[in-house]
Amino acid sequence: MTQRKIRVLVAKPGLDGHDRGVKVVARALRDAGMEVIYTGLRQSPDMIAESALQEDVDVVGLSILSGAHMALLPLIVEKLRDVDMGHVLIVVGGIIPDSDVEPLHEAGIHGIFTPGAPTQAIIDFINENVSEQ
Amino acid sequence: MTDPNANPYLQSKKEWEETTLKASLDRIPERQADFITTSSTPVERLYIPKIRDHDEYMARINLPGQYPYTRGVHATGYRGKLWTMRMFAGFGAAEETNQRFKYLLEQGQTGLSIAFDMATLYGYDTDAPEALGEFGKCGVAVSSLKDMEILLDGLPLDQVTTSMTINSPAAIIWAMYIAVADQRGIPRHRLGGTIQNDILKEYIAQKEYIFPPEPSMRLVIDTFEFGVKEMPRWNVISISGYHIREAGSTAAQELAFTLADGIEYVKWAIERGLEVDDFAPRLSFFFNAHNDFFEEIAKYRAARRVWAKVMREKFGAKNPRSWLLRFHTQTAGVSLSAQQPENNIARVAIQALAGVMGGAQSLHTNSMDEALALPSELAARIALRTQQIIAHESGVANTVDPLGGSYFVEELTDQLEAKAWTYFDQIEAFGGVLPAIEAGFFQQEIADAAYRYQREIDTNQRIIVGVNDFANDEPIQIPILDMDPQGYDRQCARLEELRSTRDNAAVTRCLAGLRRAAQGTDNLMPYILESVKAYATLQEIMDVFREVFGEYQEMAII
Repeated sequence: MTQRKIRVLVAKPGLDGHDRGVKVVARALRDAGMEVIYTGLRQSPDMIAESALQEDVDVVGLSILSGAHMALLPLIVEKLRDVDMGHVLIVVGGIIPDSDVEPLHEAGIHGIFTPGAPTQAIIDFINENVSEQ
Repeated sequence: MTDPNANPYLQSKKEWEETTLKASLDRIPERQADFITTSSTPVERLYIPKIRDHDEYMARINLPGQYPYTRGVHATGYRGKLWTMRMFAGFGAAEETNQRFKYLLEQGQTGLSIAFDMATLYGYDTDAPEALGEFGKCGVAVSSLKDMEILLDGLPLDQVTTSMTINSPAAIIWAMYIAVADQRGIPRHRLGGTIQNDILKEYIAQKEYIFPPEPSMRLVIDTFEFGVKEMPRWNVISISGYHIREAGSTAAQELAFTLADGIEYVKWAIERGLEVDDFAPRLSFFFNAHNDFFEEIAKYRAARRVWAKVMREKFGAKNPRSWLLRFHTQTAGVSLSAQQPENNIARVAIQALAGVMGGAQSLHTNSMDEALALPSELAARIALRTQQIIAHESGVANTVDPLGGSYFVEELTDQLEAKAWTYFDQIEAFGGVLPAIEAGFFQQEIADAAYRYQREIDTNQRIIVGVNDFANDEPIQIPILDMDPQGYDRQCARLEELRSTRDNAAVTRCLAGLRRAAQGTDNLMPYILESVKAYATLQEIMDVFREVFGEYQEMAII
C-alpha cells in the first residue's frame, strides 16, 4: 500500500522579505518526504487560503518575521475556514514573543516555532499531527 | 638540491608534525576529525608564516592608509577617531522613535540610524490595506514629510550624521530628510549621512524590491547624480552584504556578491556620464559581523583590498579616496537565539570585537531580545555599552590592525580574496549582476549555504549554545518592548488630516510633473523633492512609479 505524501503549502504572509527560514524549512520538509508548494513572498490571507484550496494541502506553513503576526495569522485561519479548509494543520515560524503564543493557539494556530527550532521538531510535529487527523 | 625560494617554515612544520605533534596526538587525540568556520570552510591545525620578502609584503599587504589598504584606510586606525557608534532604531510612530533617538544621544551614541517599518519600506502609507498589521513593527512609519518633521524634531542635523535603511523608496525618504533641513535653513552641503539605497541586494537577498531592476537602477543613479551636485558629504549608497549574509550566505559569498553589486553601480554611474572620481568617494559599504571571529576580520581586510584593486585597476580611479572601502558593520541578527536570550549579549560582544578588529568605520550592536521582539530600552543600552567597553576598556583600539601579521588571519584574508575574484568571473559569465539575478544564481547559492548551515546544526556538527546543547526550559525573563496601542490610530488620523488640509491642487500638479519625468529620462530627484514638499504622501509618489515602471515578481526558489 502506498501512503499519500503529506502535502504542505509554505507561504510568507505580510510584507516582510526575510525568506531564509521559509526556504530552509521547505527544503527540510521536502527531504523528509513531503510534497512542498512554496508560494513565494507577500501573500495576502486570501491568496494563501486560495492556494491551500487549489493545492488540496494537509498543512499550511506560515513564516512571518515582521511582527505583524497578531493581525495576519487569525485572519488567515478565518480565510481558510471560509474556503472549507478549516481542517488543515497550521504551523507558524517566526519572531513570536512568548506572550503571543497562547492567543495564537486560541486563534487556531496549531504549531509555533521560534528561532533556533530544529527542523526535525517541525517535521515531527507535522507527522504526528497530520496522521491523527 | 633545495629550492632557494622554498619556505623554510614548511620544513620546520614537517619536522614538528613528525615529532612534537605526533607525540601529542598519540597522547590526546583531537576533539573532531574536521574543524570548520561558520562558512563551513576547513580550518587547519596550524598556520605558519607565508610572506618573508619585504617587497612582496609591501605589494600585497602594505601599511595602514596605503594601497591596497589591507591594514585599514586610516594610518592611525582608531587612535585618531573611534568608530561611530550608530544604533539602528525605529518603532511605532515618529514621536516614539524621536524619543528613542534623543535617549540614545544622551547615552553617548554618536550617529543616528533610522529603521523604517515594512509599509514604509514598500512605499505604502500606514493606512494602505497591503500594510495591515505592519505599522511601526520593524521600524518607524514615515508616510509623509509631516512624519519626517516629527521624527527629526530637535535633532541637530548639522552636527550628527544620519543613516537611513531604506531601499526601494530611498530617493523619496532622502528627499523628505533634505526637505526638513531646507525648512531649518541648514545648507545641503553640510548634511552628512547615508542612504542604504542598495537595490541589487534586495533582489539577491532581502527581497524588499518593488520595481523591475532597470528602473530601480535608474532611481539609484539619479540619487548618485544629485549627490555629486548638491550633497558632497552624503554617502549616496551603502552597498550591503549584511542582508546577503543574514539570508544564509557564507562569508565569501557575502564579500563577493556585495563587491560585485558595487562594481555594477560603478558601471551604471559611468554609463550615465559621471566621473568615477566624483562619485566613488561617496560609496560606502555595510557588512555583517557574524560568529566566526577570525573569518570575519579576514573578510573586512579582504574587502578593502579587493575594492581598492577594482577601483584603481578596473575603473582607473585616480583619487586615492575612490579606492577606499569604508564600511559600517552590524552584528549578526540571525545568530541571536530566542532561547536563553541573555546569552546573546556575549555573542554580540564577540561579533562586535571582530568588526572593530577588522577596521569598521561604524558599528551597530544588536540587542539581546531581537530574536523575540524589537529592542527594549534596557537591551539597547546594554548593546551600546558593549561598544563602549570594547572602545575604552579592551585595549584593542590602541594600535592599528592588531591582528595584522597573524598567520591565520593573513591566510584567511588571501583565501577570501581569491574566492571573491572567482565569483566575479562566474557573475561576469552570466553577463553581469542583473542577468545573474534573473537566472537565480545568487539566490540559489545563498539558499544552498543556508540549508547546509542548518543541517550542521540539526546534526549537532555545529553547536549553538542554549539551542542544540546546554539547553534548559527556564522561562524567558527579559522585558519586552511595549508599543503605544494608540499609535496606529493616531498615525491614520494624521494622514487623514494631512490629505484634507494640504493644497491638493499643488499635490496633483507635482505628481503629474513627476509622472512625465518618470516616463522620460530627466533626473527624478528635483521632481521628488517638489512633490515631497507639497506633502504628497510616500505612497502617492511610489504609486506613480508603480504605474510607470511596473512591479517585479521574483522566481521563487527553494
